[in-house]
Amino acid sequence: MSIIFVLIPLLAALAIFAGFKARFTALCASTLTLFFGGGCLFCWDHPVWGIAPQILSKPAIHLSLGFFDGMSVVMVLLSVIVLFTATMSGKCPEGKEKLWYGSIMLIGAGALGAFLSTDLFFFYAFHELALIPTFLMIGMLGSGERKEAAWKITIYLAFGSIILLAGLIGLVGASGSESWLFSDLLASSIDPAAQKWIAILLIVGFGVLISLFPFHSWAAPAYAAAPAPVAMLHAGVLKKFGLYGLFRLYPMVAEGMQAWLGLLIVLLLGNILWVGFVTINQKRLDYMLGNSSVMHMGYIFLAFAALISAGSLEANPLALPGAVILMFAHGVSIALLFMLTDTIRRKTGTVELAELGGLAKAAPRLAFLFGLAGMASIGLPGLANFSGEVLVFLSGFHEYKGGALGCVQVATVLALWGVVISAVYMLRAFRQTFQGPAVAATHSDRVKDFGPFCQIPAAILALALLVVGLYPNSLLNLLKGGDSTPSTEPATEAPAE
Amino acid sequence: MDSLAWLILACPLVTAAAIHLGLKKQQSLAALVSTASAAVTLIFALIILKVDESRTAFDWVTIGKFKIEIGLQLDAFAKGMMIVVTGVGFLVHLFSLAYMKDDKAKARYFCGLSLFMFSMTGIVLASNFIMMFIFWELVGLSSYLLIGHWYEKNSAADAAKKAFLTNRIGDFGYMIGILMLWGIAGSFTFDGIAAYFAGSPETTWILGAAVLCIFAGAMGKSAQAPLHVWLPDAMEGPTPVSALIHAATMVAAGVFMMARLFTTIGIETIDGLWGIETIAWIGGITSLLAALMATQQDDIKKILAYSTLSQLGYMVMAVGLLDPEAGMFHLFTHAWFKALLFLGSGAVIYACHHEQNIWKMGGLKDKMPITTLTFGIGTLALCGFPFFTAGFFSKEQIFEAALQANNWPLFFIAAGVACLTTFYMFRLFFVAFLGKHRSKNADHAKEVGPLMFVPLIILAVMALVVGWNPIARFLAPLHKDFHFHFGWALGASILSLVIGFLLAWKLYLNTEEDPLAKNGIAKIFRNKFYIDEAYAKVVGYGQDFVAAVVHFIDELVIGGLLVGGFSRAAGGIGRLFGRMQSGNLQGYAVLFGLGVILVIYLTVFVS
Repeated sequence: MSIIFVLIPLLAALAIFAGFKARFTALCASTLTLFFGGGCLFCWDHPVWGIAPQILSKPAIHLSLGFFDGMSVVMVLLSVIVLFTATMSGKCPEGKEKLWYGSIMLIGAGALGAFLSTDLFFFYAFHELALIPTFLMIGMLGSGERKEAAWKITIYLAFGSIILLAGLIGLVGASGSESWLFSDLLASSIDPAAQKWIAILLIVGFGVLISLFPFHSWAAPAYAAAPAPVAMLHAGVLKKFGLYGLFRLYPMVAEGMQAWLGLLIVLLLGNILWVGFVTINQKRLDYMLGNSSVMHMGYIFLAFAALISAGSLEANPLALPGAVILMFAHGVSIALLFMLTDTIRRKTGTVELAELGGLAKAAPRLAFLFGLAGMASIGLPGLANFSGEVLVFLSGFHEYKGGALGCVQVATVLALWGVVISAVYMLRAFRQTFQGPAVAATHSDRVKDFGPFCQIPAAILALALLVVGLYPNSLLNLLKGGDSTPSTEPATEAPAE
Repeated sequence: MDSLAWLILACPLVTAAAIHLGLKKQQSLAALVSTASAAVTLIFALIILKVDESRTAFDWVTIGKFKIEIGLQLDAFAKGMMIVVTGVGFLVHLFSLAYMKDDKAKARYFCGLSLFMFSMTGIVLASNFIMMFIFWELVGLSSYLLIGHWYEKNSAADAAKKAFLTNRIGDFGYMIGILMLWGIAGSFTFDGIAAYFAGSPETTWILGAAVLCIFAGAMGKSAQAPLHVWLPDAMEGPTPVSALIHAATMVAAGVFMMARLFTTIGIETIDGLWGIETIAWIGGITSLLAALMATQQDDIKKILAYSTLSQLGYMVMAVGLLDPEAGMFHLFTHAWFKALLFLGSGAVIYACHHEQNIWKMGGLKDKMPITTLTFGIGTLALCGFPFFTAGFFSKEQIFEAALQANNWPLFFIAAGVACLTTFYMFRLFFVAFLGKHRSKNADHAKEVGPLMFVPLIILAVMALVVGWNPIARFLAPLHKDFHFHFGWALGASILSLVIGFLLAWKLYLNTEEDPLAKNGIAKIFRNKFYIDEAYAKVVGYGQDFVAAVVHFIDELVIGGLLVGGFSRAAGGIGRLFGRMQSGNLQGYAVLFGLGVILVIYLTVFVS
């Protein structure tokens, strides 16, 4: 049954190319996926959601889709939420509806397919499927220096994908597994010497896709040039493919990864501190957000480093849940920020910080939503990102039992400085855009606030941030999955209510 | 009774949400709802005062055996603090009804106040450090929103940003400290930590480091040097906000948190802990610097802001001298009389048509008798007028703490600060309330209405009585009875009061301008030791310059040469294909897709 998540947007894309009303079809399809995605939350572990038709017998590649575990559920939830809101946002240039909405549907189908695949081959292939329309949209319908940006992201991600593919092929080869199914691969074991080389291929391959330092230069220009829905889908959803992959494949190369712990820590601090400073120096809202999204990947890598250092998922039970919440939270918050930045661009005609100011006067709703998303992205408690970040920091200190700090703890301490850095650039941007006296571009004669209807997609994303932020167990309960081992600790006094 | 505690927490949150979602248009209704909610929480806080200690929690994060809970710990400590928060909070709401009557964004203002009440309640009732951190950040948010209430003004927007960022620097340390303490004690809950330290474990140097890191958080929130710069700027917010958040409650949260930490780990029983004296010294230095700066300010709110800094320094000093009870008692008395002074200054500013310069006031005692009287009582309480004002009792305990610790330098600093306090407060009082009016605005001033003077009267009564043993025993968190005896502390107290008063009398009674204005040293105080300017340079030349350099290198080396070179090489190959194909991006993208599929096919299927 899971295949409907892929089929709905895929068929919608085909229908759009065949001449159906583009916007209407896309909206219907994304609403349907949102509906199914929401429904799945309550019954995802039911067998009806898995299928495994064998499309080829040699060497056993399966078009097998289903919820492999709670992590897939969260990623699918993220995908359907962002897909729905991305379909509703942005402004399609006249006469380009087919390309615009068709591409969004294809990206959505690819992303959902990747997160639902329980087979390594299709996991990879669906992601590639999603990348191609991404490149095309940036190059053809983007703004600013779209050609250069599209070229850069294409080259980078192609390069990353090839390295990743080498790593995946190496992984399957070394495992001696009969099939590419996750379940078979995870059951096999790989020689530690081979693990080491597979691990670095995975780190670099996935790393390029996630904009790991120093492979991050593609991200900011691409997101700045991309049409709003594409920036939302790529930064919000597709970028999480690499992280999802790393955590998914980690148990197979757990030993091999340990050799690269030091390197990874240096690189992730590059993401947080180096790119953090780069972000402070940005003069445009869209570049600032693009860089901030690169920076925040560092925190998820920090959880990964904590995991590597602990040696297994069981040894550091906080790392994976922290990373997954943060992936979800980052995806939703960055999608909201890109959506609102596009709105600012369309209302005022600029995203140069120096040309903006006092926008809150003319557009209080926009200011509120942007403030909320900005606060979420800098880790304000009560919003989703904090729940993820605090778990990531705790996972960094999970091994620590007093005494001198180990290397992961030192990395965590340094990474915490990033929390200050993000506050600096985000509050500066908010101050410069929304506060102070109004300027020509933001005068209330010219700029109108969000109408109640236009607010809907933004409100959905904001609501998701609030729900997970106020009660992280709402997502964490999904991650528990079939594991129903009761907590051995005696429950503390139950609340009276 | 547990449900009552949850109601105290929920009531202001629901109010804030309701105002934001539904009452934006009905501004006056929003104000009334918010005030009613503050009244209800005050009643609840009074009820739980008589209830037994209890603890209730629900799991906020559960991962296997690991959990983070949101819990309420109703012990004497928290219940006493709740009286301060809800008592001052309610009076400030009441005062705001009049003060903010004509504000265009009244609903937003009261929404912010309710959000603050929620967050502050969360800090006070928190049962563990993660929860305290959560609400710690949320009070920071409410403070940010309320300082920036008039965000169209550049100065207000900048002050709000500065407050948030300075606090973030402190919270950087706070989080590290929490993580380290978690590693040491294996728990975040106060119960769990207390249980660990009850087993008298071996003390390592790391515990001292953890305590100092946690203290960094208190330095941010309670504005201790060198993180004090945000508090005077925070006076950009509406005056009732300054009274509630930036004088009585939020800024004292750092002291509250340190007292909570020290009582939880039983700091007195731990041997060989290093670095705690640093805390006392930071408090002492802050109180001295701030008192010096206060002597040369002309803005009535700025004087009170520096005075708050100075008093917070006192509290931190007491905590650092391992007497958290004295620190908390001063927090308790200070909350009432400083709120009184701020609301009094609010009444003056309101009556003088938003004039804040004391040199343009003068002669207000005839025009505003109630305000003058209550402000005078607040001044006496702050100066610690012996034997009956609240400030006297708590200040004595701080002096005693320094003597107990045998720390004579800090004792003399504390006494000197008391002298300076009397000096700058009477300077303010003489210049603003006595003498002749020096501007039209002061001449036209009228006494404020009952909605404003009733809170002033109530606070004035509190400022007199809350220090008395029977009342303090009932209301104050962590109170030690005051025992009267002659000694160094009492002597210093009286002497500093007399000297400070006489100096102010001599210099400022019936003067038209500041006699010290030309003095070189006074100029340094007036310019706040140039610390703000130095920071602006550090941010400008330090952070922003580094950011620019890093950005440059990033674009040039990483984007351009290293990785870019690789991609350019790949791009060259791409262009080669491109020329053969259609030469444009679409062609490449399609080719890329096909190529990938081909590679997969070859590797996987042709073996």
